[in-house]
Order: sequence, then C-alpha cells, then structure tokens
Amino acid sequence: MSRISILSSLSPARRVIFVSLGFVFILSMVRVLTGTDDLTSSGTISSTLRVATPILLAGLAGLWAERAGIVNIGIEGMMIVGSWLGGFGAWKWGSWAGIGLALVGGALVGLIHALATVRFNVDHVVSGIAVNILAAGATEYLSIIAFKNNGGGESQSPNGKGGYGTFDLPFLSGGHIGDWKSPNILGWIEKKNDIPLIPDLASFARGVSSNVYIPTMVALAIVPLTAWVLWRTRWGLRLRSSGESPRAGESLGVPVVRLRYQAMAISGSLAAFGGAYLSCVLTSTYRQGQTGGRGFIGLATTIFGNWNPVGVLRGAILFGFPTALRFRDAKNVPALLLVTAVVLALVSVLLGSRRKSLAASGTAFGSVLALFTWITVDEVPSEFVAATPYIVTIIVLAGARQQLRPPAHAGQSYRPGENH
Amino acid sequence: MNRQRLQRVLVTSASSVLAIIVALVVCAVILLVTGKDPVKAYSTLFGAASETKVLQGMLNRATPLMISAAAVAIGFKMNLFNIGVEGQMRVALLSTAVIGGAVDLPAPLHVAFCFMIAMATGALWSGIAGWLKVKRNVNEVISTIMLNFIGLSVVAWAFDTFFRLDEEGESTSLLVKTKDLPRSAWFPDLVDRRLNGILIVAVVILILFWILVWKTKFGFQLRASGANAGAARASGVNPKRMIVISMLISGALAGLVGMRALMGDVHAYQNNLAEQQGFNGIAVALLGRNHPLGIFFSALLFGFLGEASGRLQLDDIPKEIVTIMTGIIVLAVVIINEAVKRWDDRRIQRRAAAMVEAAS
Repeated sequence: MSRISILSSLSPARRVIFVSLGFVFILSMVRVLTGTDDLTSSGTISSTLRVATPILLAGLAGLWAERAGIVNIGIEGMMIVGSWLGGFGAWKWGSWAGIGLALVGGALVGLIHALATVRFNVDHVVSGIAVNILAAGATEYLSIIAFKNNGGGESQSPNGKGGYGTFDLPFLSGGHIGDWKSPNILGWIEKKNDIPLIPDLASFARGVSSNVYIPTMVALAIVPLTAWVLWRTRWGLRLRSSGESPRAGESLGVPVVRLRYQAMAISGSLAAFGGAYLSCVLTSTYRQGQTGGRGFIGLATTIFGNWNPVGVLRGAILFGFPTALRFRDAKNVPALLLVTAVVLALVSVLLGSRRKSLAASGTAFGSVLALFTWITVDEVPSEFVAATPYIVTIIVLAGARQQLRPPAHAGQSYRPGENH
Repeated sequence: MNRQRLQRVLVTSASSVLAIIVALVVCAVILLVTGKDPVKAYSTLFGAASETKVLQGMLNRATPLMISAAAVAIGFKMNLFNIGVEGQMRVALLSTAVIGGAVDLPAPLHVAFCFMIAMATGALWSGIAGWLKVKRNVNEVISTIMLNFIGLSVVAWAFDTFFRLDEEGESTSLLVKTKDLPRSAWFPDLVDRRLNGILIVAVVILILFWILVWKTKFGFQLRASGANAGAARASGVNPKRMIVISMLISGALAGLVGMRALMGDVHAYQNNLAEQQGFNGIAVALLGRNHPLGIFFSALLFGFLGEASGRLQLDDIPKEIVTIMTGIIVLAVVIINEAVKRWDDRRIQRRAAAMVEAAS
C-alpha cells in the first residue's frame, strides 16, 4: 500500500503535519459538502482555542504529576481553587493578580496532595478525592465569607478588575504596528469559501493568530516548554525517572521525594491556572461549579495524549472542538458525525492494511454507525457532546491499549530507602 | 476475643476517632481565622443532637450513606476502587423510576421489583467497568470516573427527551419530574414523613455485607485477594472472576443508594435527586475502615453533620464548614492509618527481634 508506506516513512514531525493537513482536508470537504461554513471558520477555531485552553492546562497538570509518579485525581479540586482565587484576586487587585494568586494557591494544594502521597504514602486516589472535597468545601465556605454582602453573592464573586490584552498577528491577521493597522490577508482569503482547502487553511491560521488572549498564548507556550524541560534537561530526566522507576533513580542519587514535591507544585499551579482561566479570562467572575468536571476531562486528556505534551494539546483541541462548534450553533454538530465517519473509515483501511482485522472491523463499524447517525439525526443532543471526551477515552483505553505508555510507577506506593 | 484482636480493634477505632478530632481542631482554626467563634459553632452544631427531628433527619441521611459505603467497601476489600457509585446510582434511579412506575403490582412485590430493577441497572453500569478491567485491562478508577460522566449525560438526555413530565406552573428545572411511582412502590415510613423505613434495609445490607465478607468462602477469597493478590492466585482464587463478581455486587448496592430518595421521599425522578450520595459513600467507607460497624457509625456521623449543619446558618456561619470537615476527616483518617501501620510494623519487628535475642 503506497499510502501506508508514505506515512510510516515520514519523520514523526512530518507525519504530524501530514496527518493534520489530511484532517483539515477532510474538514474542508465536509464543509463544502454539507454547507456547514462554521466547521472551519476562524471564529470556530478561535473559540476552540478558548474552550481547549483550560482542558489543556488540566491535562498538562495530569502529565506533570504522573510523569513524576503521582496519580492526580485532585485536578478538579485544584482547578476549583484556582477559579476561586482567580476571581478573588481579579476583584481585589486586577486580572493578572488573579492568575498570580491562583498559581500560588494551586501550588499549595498540589503540595498538600504531595504531602499525603509522598510523605505519608496515602493511596493517591483517596488523597485526590479528599483534595476535591476539601476544595469544594473551602471555596463554598470562603465565597460566603468574602463575596456575600460585598457586591458578589453566596456562590459568585463580584466582577474582576481589568482584562487581558489580545494579540493579532500583523499583516496576516490585521494586527496593529504602532498605530497603523496592517492588512488582514488571511481574513480576505477566508472569505473565498466557495473553494475547498485554501480558505480553510487561512481560517485555521487566522483563528490561532487573531484576537488571542495573552494568557492563552502563555498556556500554549507551556506545551513546548514542558516537552523541553521534561525531555531535554537533566532535571526533567530525573523527574521522569521518579515516575518510571523511583528505586532505580534513588540508587543513582536522584532525589525522588523532592522531585515529586516539585512536580506536584507545578501540577497544582497548572490546574489552578486552568481554573483561573475560566474565572478571569473567559469570564470576569468566579461562579460556583464553573469548572464543571474539566479537571476530569483533563485527566482523560492526559491519557488520550499518551502522557506527552503534544498529545495532550491534540486531545484538548479534539475535546474542545465539538463544544466550541455547539457554542456557536447547535446545527453545526451533525457535520462532525460525517467527519468522524470519514476519519474512522480511513483508520479502518489503515488498520486493515496492517492486518489488524479485529481493530479494522471495529473502526469500520464505528464509521458506519457515525454515518448512519449523520443521515438520521438533525441535531446532536448537547449531553452527547458533553460526554464525548469520556467515551473517546474509554474507547482509546479499551481499544488502543498497546499504543499507550503510562509512566510505569504512577500511582504505586513508594517509600524511600525501602527494600523490595 | 483474644488480647491481640482486642488491641487491633481498639487501635482501629482510636485512629478513626483521632481523625475526627483532628478535623474538628483544623476546622476550629479555620473558623477562628475567618472571624467566626468555633465554640459557638460547635455548641450549635452538636447541641442540635438533643432534638428528635435532627436525629430523625440524621438517620434518613445516614441510610443511603450506609449503602453506598458498603458498595465502595466491597471493592476496597480487594483493592478495587469503584468511584462510580454516583453514576451507577443515577442510572439506576431513572430506570427504576421509569420501569417501576410502568408496572402494577401488589405493594410488597412492587417494592421488591423496584429493588431488583435498581440493583440490575446499577450492576449493569458497574459491570462495564468490570468487563473493561478483566478483558481490556482498563484501570477501574479511570473507567468508573468516565462512566460517571457518561451515565450523568445519558440519564440527563433520556430524562429530558422521553420521561420528563411538564406540569403547569412549574418553571424551574428542579421541579420537573417523571411520572409518580404508584403508591404500591412507596417504601413505608417508620415515623410518618420524618423517618423512612429503608433504614432497616440499609442495616440489613450491612449485616449481609458482614456475613458475605467475613463468613463465606467468597468473602475469604475477596479478602485474600486484597491482602496478597499473588498468594491468593497461587492458592486457586481466580482474580478475574473475583473482580467481575465484586464489581457487580458493588454496582447492585450502588443501585440501591438512591432508593431512599426515590421510593421513600420524592417518589419520582428529578434532576438533583440523591445528588452526591453515591460519592459521599467513599468518605464513609474510609472513615469506617470498610467494616460494617465502622460504616454504620460513620454514616451516622456524616448524616448528623449534614443534618445539623443547617443550624449553623442561624449563627451566620456558612454550613459548608461541614464539607471542609469531611475532606479533612478523609485525609486525616488515611494518614493516621498509614502512620499506625508503620508503628505497628516496627512494634512487631522489635518484638520479633527481642524474641530472637531471648532464644539465643
């Protein structure tokens, strides 16, 4: 099969580009075919970016914890703390102070989880659950003390002060240079949407380069930063060794305990940043229940992304995309079913050519099912859009287990200096 | 009871009591820091114990907690973590409200029928996680978390699309319900409108749980798998079978968690029915050390805290301090257990060393 050999002969980076281009092509064809212009509009892309950012941060929080060997079920709780502190800080001192406060508070909650799991060897899942209960209780309690009768409500903070700057790329997306507004070339190409592919690529580029909040850019920058720190620095190698084989690391002098504390502080900060993103960037108030299970979607993203930063980013975008489409117009969502059908059909052919007949027939069945659903339904219920990340994660865990490589020691009990 | 066993029981209960004391102290500090009077708060909170109404409420709240804690504990006994009790409960709630409401049976049979439906649906939902674990080696913590959200979505969608009954004048979504269960499916009250009889079912479940885990072959194999999976397998216990069976029992119990709210109180499904009761069972099971007696008292404690917390608001103290207390109790109890275990290990080592020395 020529197609397959092309794919496997490419270098990993080129393969990502090739596959992404193929995906844009499918989206573009479906857009033209179904007339769902929003499928690849720059508005959809930029709102995907906004929906995906907190999920991305939560997923990275899971990645940092698990790479150091700690399972973090408490991401949701850490996000809740972040969203509360973000709302509180933005109300008292302004928007950036909100994020700053959230980072500090998140690190502290992360350290509580580390104290329980590392120092006291408590079961990681139990400690995570305790963190979630504590975070929910503490924020609800403090909201009444701090916000009620102060311009907010029992479960809501007053409006935060100040906003964040946004970024537009000059020339391509009409950004300003000084006072001069540069031309918006991508915007012009995007409007020519009666032809496939080219306007779609333009709108993708425009979506990620215009009207982007600075905190979004910071969050995106954490992806390559994480990859670099964990895979290219000595500290990162040692941190990962605490997640793979702490005893081997210990015998080589790696300070496993200290590294796990550091990793959990980072994990907590990232999760809290995700929470603050909801209460400071996307809105300007903290509301109780704002995180809405995103911490658990983050957990799913860590798994879906195979404990890799780029994979986590891909997962966050994939999980954010349907939600963003639905936010813009619920009528957009059925087109995704057709996209799913096409993608699954291609995967099925790919698997079939590698003689994985069981997996191939499974994905073929999924493809037919998606196609059938697309033909029969007019609207996809919002509940199913909400459940997609969880369903996808279970399918991936059940079906593509061989491809997943979790850190070998994540979640297991470890006491420094103990013989085993 | 021999001396060693007595000692063990005392140490176990002492560590749970200590965890509660730690939580009370930490919460007192939190109250102080936030400008509230802890003495006044605690006297209001525990003073409520003198009221019959509060005690009845405590028992009502403790009922589902006992069942959900038993559901969690059976998994814990073999290191299997069913976080999905909440989701299993929710799926069972809707199916029981719908199927139980559609049939016509004489009273005791109808109640039994509803219980069967609830247990079957709960077991079905947890069975997915069991199947995934056994066949596809998917970690049950992750799969049950995912299944919680999937169950929540599916139930919300099915309720909204097929089963909700819009009554005139009811505008908020909380009041939207399914069709009422026929009277024959209502579980009778012990004290009219104050205390529901499902409490007795919950206590019976705890007794059965004790018999199952400590007095049967299955229970022995369950505890053996939890204590040392390798040794259990070597002596002929089939780990996969154990996982599937305990997951199914856990799910069946989870299905019953919501029945006090459904059959004993509201008599129809609505969106926030029995919310969090499956989840709170985890805290109860942890504090109760997975033992029926411990679970019984922990459920009473959490039931009491939940019921009495409303009184705090009269003193202008947010009742959410009780949620904080719950979280701290969970964290404290597991930390103390771990510390006690280490202390116990060292004690045994010392004694063994002394014996060796004496012998030589």
